[in-house]
Amino acid sequence: MNLTLHVWRQKGPQDKGKLETYPAKGVSEDQSFLEMLDDVNEELIKSGKDPIAFDHDCREGICGMCSQVINGKPHGGQERTTVCQLHMREFNDGDELFIEPWRARAFPIHKDLIVDRTALEMVMQAGGYTSCHTGGVADGNALLIPKPVADYAMDAAECIGCGACVASCPNSSAMLYTSAKVSQLAVLPQGKGEAKARVKEMTDAMQNEGFGNCTNHYECQEACPKGISVKFIAKLNREYMKSMA
Amino acid sequence: MILDGKTPTGPIEKTWDKHRFDMKLVNPANKRKFKILMVGTGLAGGAGAASLGELGYNVEAFCYQDSARRAHSIAAQGGINAAKNYPNDGDSIYRLFYDTIKGGDFRAREADVWRLAQVSNNIIDQCVAQGVPFARDYAGYLDNRSFGGAQVSRTFYARGQTGQQLLLGAYSALTRQVKAGTVKLHPRTEMVDLVVVDGVAKGITVRNLITGQLESHWGDAVVLATGGYVNVFYLSTNAMGCSVTAAWKAAKKGAFFANPCYTQIHPTCIPQHGDKQSKLTLMSESLRNDGRCWVPKKKADCDKAPADIPEEDRDYYLERKYPSFGNLAPRDIASRAAKEQCDDERGVGPGKRGVYLDYQTSIDRVGEDTIRERYGNLFEMYEKITAEDAYKRPMRIYPAPHYSMGGLWVDYNCMSNVPGLFVLGEANFSVHGANRLGASALMQGLADGYFVIPNTIANYLAGITPGTVKEDHAEFKKSIEEVDASVNKMLNINGKKTVSELHRELGSVMWEDVGMARSDASLKNALKRIPEIRDEFWNNCNVTGEAGELNQQLENAGRLADFLEFAEVFAKDALHREESCGGHFRTEHQTDDGEAMRDDENFAYVGAWEFKGVGKEPELHKEPLKFENVKLAVRSYK
Repeated sequence: MNLTLHVWRQKGPQDKGKLETYPAKGVSEDQSFLEMLDDVNEELIKSGKDPIAFDHDCREGICGMCSQVINGKPHGGQERTTVCQLHMREFNDGDELFIEPWRARAFPIHKDLIVDRTALEMVMQAGGYTSCHTGGVADGNALLIPKPVADYAMDAAECIGCGACVASCPNSSAMLYTSAKVSQLAVLPQGKGEAKARVKEMTDAMQNEGFGNCTNHYECQEACPKGISVKFIAKLNREYMKSMA
Repeated sequence: MILDGKTPTGPIEKTWDKHRFDMKLVNPANKRKFKILMVGTGLAGGAGAASLGELGYNVEAFCYQDSARRAHSIAAQGGINAAKNYPNDGDSIYRLFYDTIKGGDFRAREADVWRLAQVSNNIIDQCVAQGVPFARDYAGYLDNRSFGGAQVSRTFYARGQTGQQLLLGAYSALTRQVKAGTVKLHPRTEMVDLVVVDGVAKGITVRNLITGQLESHWGDAVVLATGGYVNVFYLSTNAMGCSVTAAWKAAKKGAFFANPCYTQIHPTCIPQHGDKQSKLTLMSESLRNDGRCWVPKKKADCDKAPADIPEEDRDYYLERKYPSFGNLAPRDIASRAAKEQCDDERGVGPGKRGVYLDYQTSIDRVGEDTIRERYGNLFEMYEKITAEDAYKRPMRIYPAPHYSMGGLWVDYNCMSNVPGLFVLGEANFSVHGANRLGASALMQGLADGYFVIPNTIANYLAGITPGTVKEDHAEFKKSIEEVDASVNKMLNINGKKTVSELHRELGSVMWEDVGMARSDASLKNALKRIPEIRDEFWNNCNVTGEAGELNQQLENAGRLADFLEFAEVFAKDALHREESCGGHFRTEHQTDDGEAMRDDENFAYVGAWEFKGVGKEPELHKEPLKFENVKLAVRSYK
């Protein structure tokens, strides 16, 4: 099939940037979306143009590196799918695609579709851990964690830190990302001791980094390639209230 | 040169404890005076940097990704082994040690493997303390599953994302140290050279991937935890950015490269769909717990829908060939068996390079819901790529390059032959011999990072003065000039082929001639083709853009340039090793029924290659392997 791409091109953070139009010809439906972009880049290189810069690495939906908004939807809008898992059979011959980077104040653009997600790192550094050090810990079975609790923690822990939740939110909020880590550690006995300080400090960091607040649009849950539920945002709010008591 | 692994002597079960006592220590107040450079932030690097930071060393960590959480360890699915014996099924440290030595086809060092088995239990405890949500039963106890090459259930897991959860555990520990100020992180930074001063590793040259600037970093020790090299095959299960570059730069500065021909071709990957593919996707080996591998008995049935092929016309070849291990035969054996069926023209799917992995028997036994619970995310992943529902129709799988057992040579302390250069995880050669068992990579990465390097690095640092060489040393300047010249040379080739076209060409030679089955003729062909492709790269490649900017083509070109030099040593190693063992299968050395034939008399050694210049004959150094606790035997899974 043949497609028309409108791709965001921006040389650097100071450049204004604009959409450029490129044809994608002879696309196979078995190709992944990124393999289609690889082909477009090969053509650009052969015609002496600068290929499109985009983040990607594992290409199997787990590293969280890929980050593109396709036709207004982060990761292309398929359920539980990252851009790298998106396949061309989801598109039709003649389609026009608009491909843009994550857009949020907290994510400055490095180049084309590549953004700077340091702000997400800062939120994690504020308290996304248990303060155990290597060695001297108890036997793994010394702490009993019944299956429903372990499952709840795992549901939250599946977050890949891609930032689609931020890109989809009208407020550019990082509540889903932050709440996933807060919730995982708040329900586990290992994390409970520091739960109050953690939720306070991670929430403060989130605000300081320029992310907005949650006003219950639930776009984040829709966009999340791992299907992280907004129930964790409710949990974050509860944990935050508890920390003030 | 005969290499000495400096393994401790005496009863094997006391070696690590005795060695820890024998090693020198660094006084707590002196630790902060030492700067350690950690390259790579996967399981080994992340765990190592965090643990060294906690101890009080001054650590700087580097990764090419935008966050330390994204290293490819994250993609490991199935699980991590430990000798806990929670299920009471007869496991022990000795059994894990024995299984790993045997699984590696008797080509690993006994003492290193013993230590790995011994600390495996500490790893589980450590991860639990970090909040890793391992699978648990309703009472709250940790759950285990089975994996290939073992007859006990010793694998701990977190759904199908064990690597992700373990890496996020290490990342959280690392993040805590970054906040505490003991570790400084350099994301989007790639190591492009090792700086050696008077024969000792004293720093690295890196390229900032955002600005393109080359920078020098000095360190009292350099630790490489930079993963494996199977992207030399172009198509592999590795992430796109995985490369041999850091290890190869070290090799060019004198570090020996051990057993490069030991690569693992993983049996359960999604078959290739066409020639535009950029990578292959693995599905966890744990799938073989409940899935049965088969192909049609008759060639004529290969194009039929699998449901139309009656039971008696199916060949469950693993169960037939290896009745006691069946579908849980180790990876090298399962991969070769799949290739044999396809070579016999009984493969299925596009190009007939595929075999079925069938869940119907298990679904009938335990129900679809239980299968969904165990492997739901893997079935989902399979459906995304192939548009097929594996609950209804058997999966199609085919082997793909997955892991490198070979790597930089290290002694028992994980130090290379270049003093001050340490190598951890997949980047070293140490514990997996010629074949790695499932759920052992995560174990090794974390063992090296959490429990080995924090001990062994002190023994080295205690003998040197901190901070004697800084970035103003002439060797740093020289390194930057050399890298700069190489970058400019690449940008000025102005040829016609793209980097990925040439990488594909190299990959196709490596897969056809140095892949799952190798022969004298195929290896000699590869050794003719590799230098030709390398010449074409340096004369006819088109590397676009500039040096001083974010330039992904330049990044890929640099990695390919290193693969093109490394591939030659890889093929030479495979040619010199006139035996079949583990992942290295020479067609000349097999039994009548196609099993690997080892030659312990002549090849029970580690082959470590010294780089002598591009296109020049590398020099082979040998480290003899002694087996005092395990009897050398023909590896049988029948």
